[in-house]
Amino acid sequence: MPDISRRKFVSLAAAAPLAASPLLDGFPVSAAFGKVPPAPPALTLSDKARQRIQKYNLPNISLISHEGKQVHFYDDLVKDKAVTLNFFFANCDEICPLVTANLARVQKLLGRQVGRDIHMYSFTLKPAEDTVSVIWQYRRKFGAGPGWTFFTAKPDDMEKLRRAIGFSYPDPAIDADKTQHIGNVRYGNEPLMLWSACPGMAHAQWIAETLEWMVHPEQNRVQAP
Amino acid sequence: MHFNVFGEKVSRARYREMLNAAKNRRELIAAGLTSRRDLVKMGLLTAGGMLVAKSGLSARAQTLTPGNVNGKSVKTNNPPSSGQNTSPGTNQNCVPGNQLASPATVPFVTPLTVMPLAKTVSSLSPAPTENPNAGAGEVRAAPFQAPLIDPTRFPVVPGTLYQFNQRQFTTSFSPSLPLQTVWGFDDGTGTRSPGPTYQAFYGKPQLTRNINSLPSITEKNNTGFGMASVTTHLHNAHNPSESDGNPCDFYTNGHFCDQYYPNVLAGFNSTNAPNGDIHEALGTLWYHDHRVDFTSQNTYKGLVGFYCLFNQFDTGDETTGFRLPSFPQFDIPLAFADKVFDPDTGQLVFDLFNLDGILGDKFLVNGTIQPFFQVSPRRYRFRLLDTGPSRFYEFFLTGNVGGTSSPTTNPFFLIGTDGNLIPVPIQVNSVRIGPAERVDVVIDFTNFAGQTLYLENRLNQINGQGPVAVDSQLFAQNEPVNTECTQVLGPTTPAIKAAGAGDQVIQFRVTGPKVKDNSLPPSRQKFYSLPTTTDEPRVVRTFKFDRLNGQWSINGQFMDCNTFRFTVQQNSVEHWLLTNLTGDWTHPVHIHLEEHQILNRNRVAPNVPADQGRKDVTQLHPNERVELFFRFRDWLGKYPIHCHNVVHEDHAMMALWHVEPTGDNVQVP
Repeated sequence: MPDISRRKFVSLAAAAPLAASPLLDGFPVSAAFGKVPPAPPALTLSDKARQRIQKYNLPNISLISHEGKQVHFYDDLVKDKAVTLNFFFANCDEICPLVTANLARVQKLLGRQVGRDIHMYSFTLKPAEDTVSVIWQYRRKFGAGPGWTFFTAKPDDMEKLRRAIGFSYPDPAIDADKTQHIGNVRYGNEPLMLWSACPGMAHAQWIAETLEWMVHPEQNRVQAP
Repeated sequence: MHFNVFGEKVSRARYREMLNAAKNRRELIAAGLTSRRDLVKMGLLTAGGMLVAKSGLSARAQTLTPGNVNGKSVKTNNPPSSGQNTSPGTNQNCVPGNQLASPATVPFVTPLTVMPLAKTVSSLSPAPTENPNAGAGEVRAAPFQAPLIDPTRFPVVPGTLYQFNQRQFTTSFSPSLPLQTVWGFDDGTGTRSPGPTYQAFYGKPQLTRNINSLPSITEKNNTGFGMASVTTHLHNAHNPSESDGNPCDFYTNGHFCDQYYPNVLAGFNSTNAPNGDIHEALGTLWYHDHRVDFTSQNTYKGLVGFYCLFNQFDTGDETTGFRLPSFPQFDIPLAFADKVFDPDTGQLVFDLFNLDGILGDKFLVNGTIQPFFQVSPRRYRFRLLDTGPSRFYEFFLTGNVGGTSSPTTNPFFLIGTDGNLIPVPIQVNSVRIGPAERVDVVIDFTNFAGQTLYLENRLNQINGQGPVAVDSQLFAQNEPVNTECTQVLGPTTPAIKAAGAGDQVIQFRVTGPKVKDNSLPPSRQKFYSLPTTTDEPRVVRTFKFDRLNGQWSINGQFMDCNTFRFTVQQNSVEHWLLTNLTGDWTHPVHIHLEEHQILNRNRVAPNVPADQGRKDVTQLHPNERVELFFRFRDWLGKYPIHCHNVVHEDHAMMALWHVEPTGDNVQVP
């Protein structure tokens, strides 16, 4: 009975207290009250692995949001957060509207978690044409709610980001064809180094469920055959 | 209405994509854009020499000679250019030597690890229960099916019990690298990866309590990849669905699943009651994590192991039955894996941002990079397993036998495909395996006393798409399979590298005196004949494996744990058509529960030995349509079909289906 287990799952996830969010999990608070400022702790394997992901895949490029705000990709958008990342462009008539409309459904399903536990980000593939006002209108057209931000950037920066987070195709001819651009939604929990991706056109309910596990990896799942 | 070259209906979007791709190719060819300089001009190749798109990692393992142990890590790659994804394993360029290589390692200084046999326990506490024991922390989808069929043969607590804890531990892959923090299985004797090898017997049901004792992810001790919630699949077992290790049932630290392995032949409860059909006997199985969306990371991190299943013919004793080399002394499971290590820290890394498939430049056998194995001059059975994530291998037995200046290629015997003995052993010069496939071989070292031989992978693969060319008759010889790499590497990139030019992954040192060998020469052996495939199918289903805007799909749909696509009728025959019109990707397609036989590839009966036996993974090559024969029996419940290039699998190239007493007739699920 998938419906029952799904409902149960969602209610369980919703009941998880905010304070227990792994996103806020840092050093124990009490450690900050030592008398002598302690030497910076040696980097653990985890720290190094996290730095490596940052170095290769999460460039700190400069972006401009649909509200005209300038931000940096790693520092402001990804660091210490759980996020979804996907690409679109405003005059795209095939895959982008489908994915964007689908993500709007996902956002509704996730409710208040978006902007609090999960941050949704969409990046334009055509930064030269998609100005702030264009992406502002595009975002409004699809009814994106708070917590879901759209971005443009300098074309070189955006291209760097696209490649770094794995939105390129091995065949250069196909890669250059924007109508065949990659419609996946990459999702990740940066501090926990949990990264995967799902198709942007998968069922919204399933996308929402996978995003909840990224935020609450301690959840089990089981479903009768 | 639109049609492809096969005359099959395609969507408008797909048709447009096909036209686009063809147009792009024509333009490149018309413009004569085949040299590197041209591609740079066009902006398809950066000035740094890296192909703009990711495409292929040169797999030539960086090695040092033993005399140069303290040598510095040799980096042959150019500095990463800006805007480039320089992550090892993603930066899969077609330009050899042009990526961040793993640190150099000294080959053939560490002996091969032969995984010990899994240790049984006398009891489990709390005792296993027919219904999932949720109160004790068990996460299982349904009651055990086997005891409901026959509680005498299949008691809820069978006579053979195992308790496996999945734990994080540190191990060495090579003396040239620092210790690695990975995941493995602990049967009570210590944690290892690959896990301990099960020695199972038909007619002896067994149960494994799989406990998740991996550190909880919230403790921030992740080593960069891996999801510490698990589900352990026993690959190829004719198993009831609740014990199969379904990707959608998973559990975290402190929870467990009791998995019931009846060790019973297909047909025991239907066509061939009560003992099943001996022609369906399984031999070399393996267990691995199957957590949806994270299987590639979790198996790469170590959650794999062997399960060898014996019976009255394949006894494991060379003086009885088929008289195959005795297990475990002369019958050796070999798990192959290719991995990447950070050039700065020497730590195992996984490219989290790859959609195509991941290639490593270090080759591990049973958890050691390029081990050596001391063998006696006699016959050995080897069970070769490709644990992935994405690499295909073609293994040759090469060596400078008798001091020849160039390596010789030496024949051996293929005896099994996907763990199933084939009717008659076939002498071959090489065997090809893709992710999750197994081949069983017999190598006779009798005439190689004092010599050194290698299993050498000579298959040319430069990215996650698959081998550069496929021995399929469909391909015109001049049709480039990996267009973008062919443009860089030239049109003459061989599918198979020259002897000695491939990667030697394991060294055999044939030492010591001639020892007693009671095994039969393979040329005199005969195993089970194949089950018939003449029964009419109740339904023919078609599965199109495709890439839609970078999204891996089956019949245009994506993996979803809440959606079941179709229902197979229990005790019925079906034909499944796997089709792949992408032109450039190879998908190793795996179907749970039942094995299959390949009826034809593009309507031509299988003509290579590896295609002629019983299979549970079929390599679906570019532009291919493969017809499979299935007979579904005995068990009910949910199972998946998926691509076993685990990067594709994790990005939604999977579908769930049911077996029920009454099936449906959905032809394109």
